[in-house]
Amino acid sequence: MKDKKLTKVDLIFENDGTCATTVLDKVRAMAQDDVIMEMIDSGLKGRGGAGFPTGLKWKFTKAENSFDKYIVCNADEGEPGTFKDREILDTVPEKVFVGMTIAGYSVGAKIGYLYIRAEYNFLLKKLNQKLDAFNVKIKDKGFDFTIEIRSGAGAYICGEESALFESIEGKRGEPRNKPPYPTVAGLFGKPTAINNVETLVYATMIMKYGAASFKLMGTQDSRGSKVFSVSGDTPNAGIYELELGMTVEDFVNDFGDGDTKAVQVGGASGICVPRKKFADMIIGYEGVPTGGSMMLFNSTRSMYNVLKDYLEFFAEESCGQCTPCRIGCQQLLQGIEAVKRGEKHPSYLDSLKKLAETMKLSAKCGLGQSVANPFSSIVDNFREEIIY
Amino acid sequence: MTDVNVIINEKIEKFGKERQALMPILQGIVADKNYITEDELLLVAETLDLSAADVYGTATFYTFLDVVPRGKYVIRVCKTISCHMAGKDQIIDTLEKTLSIKLGETTTDKKFTLLQANCMGWCHKGPVMLINDEVYPELTPEKAIAIIAEYIAK
Repeated sequence: MKDKKLTKVDLIFENDGTCATTVLDKVRAMAQDDVIMEMIDSGLKGRGGAGFPTGLKWKFTKAENSFDKYIVCNADEGEPGTFKDREILDTVPEKVFVGMTIAGYSVGAKIGYLYIRAEYNFLLKKLNQKLDAFNVKIKDKGFDFTIEIRSGAGAYICGEESALFESIEGKRGEPRNKPPYPTVAGLFGKPTAINNVETLVYATMIMKYGAASFKLMGTQDSRGSKVFSVSGDTPNAGIYELELGMTVEDFVNDFGDGDTKAVQVGGASGICVPRKKFADMIIGYEGVPTGGSMMLFNSTRSMYNVLKDYLEFFAEESCGQCTPCRIGCQQLLQGIEAVKRGEKHPSYLDSLKKLAETMKLSAKCGLGQSVANPFSSIVDNFREEIIY
Repeated sequence: MTDVNVIINEKIEKFGKERQALMPILQGIVADKNYITEDELLLVAETLDLSAADVYGTATFYTFLDVVPRGKYVIRVCKTISCHMAGKDQIIDTLEKTLSIKLGETTTDKKFTLLQANCMGWCHKGPVMLINDEVYPELTPEKAIAIIAEYIAK
């Protein structure tokens, strides 16, 4: 089903000064379960990349029998090629706070933490001012909910939900084993609903316009619209909200520079789509899922350099806790360097692909598990560029 | 520079004396002077009743919590893919020449430290650098020189 074309949408950044008040009043008058049903009905999936249905996450958190529950907004946006959450927090922070409040109300949490990466410290002054006013506003409206901000300190891995909890708890940001999942035992060991910045803004917009109108956009598996971070070889780099379901070809027709040979969808940990697959690849859960990062490469770029850049990134950002990821990232990097220098036979790339697959099966968290995505998609499609 | 005891007490008042106060305390010290000394790590450990190794282990996990001396202005140039493609190498060359230091070094007057860092979320406006918390996107070598001149004059 490829009937969706590229369509620009204006929901997230929609300028409506009364949005917060309208939505908060509407939600306050609804039963908790009805809010959750509306979210489930909308089909909204997490916009950070993993794509777990938001409504279900809230439902599971609400179902837990615990006095203390938490909402966490994940603003540790560190995936190379992704910068939409910064723009959202900079321009429409109140919609993020409203989304957290809706989540808190529906699951029965009293505290929400917004964890923001240290690279975005420059936003803190403004965010804190807005938040102080917002906390007073929701108290006045009868919500038993408070939002606090916590800062990261330069660790990509803290965008992984359980590593983020560890960091808020004052520890090294090392991911935990799952299960238990955050909805059962998250921050401080309590049931926690953790959502991406953009997901929470969509929650706000769904409560404003209703699940039915959100569902009209997108496809069966990928409902609604999404904010895309567009960078690389494009004359139109920037942030765009687009309806889900278009093909990579539709996207490249609008954003490419006429010479696009590959698009990295979903950041360094995502999948590299070569030109020959543009027409068939849908951007969404039925094709290539994405947290929003779209990096375009034209024919002047060496895909060896691109892959090497990603692997250096992962080797540095691996927390070092589990062996598959700690050793695996380094071996993949050294491996392609050795093939390039001619010290290893090109068939060594197949051994490295097996290593990447092993990491997918055995690494403790998403970082190590997803290195196979860029590795295999680049090695398979641009093998000659890696070797020669 | 603020007395480190003042920072610790201020953060404990806000975040409690539990483990979760550790990050805000370390971040507070770094915000004040860009790195944490060994004595300060020991003091924090003692105050929060944690082992020194634990505090050191936590601090060194995070790239923004430096435990080696840094200059008054820490420059971090983004080195990840989009900024790489947009020419971060020229920016680093320019900064190295302007400041007469190499990557990872601090000027003799302790004013500037030059570092690289991973993706900072400005991929559409690379190359980008942070000077302490301040962001400078869409750099050119000329722009970088002008920005450094402003900091030298400060």
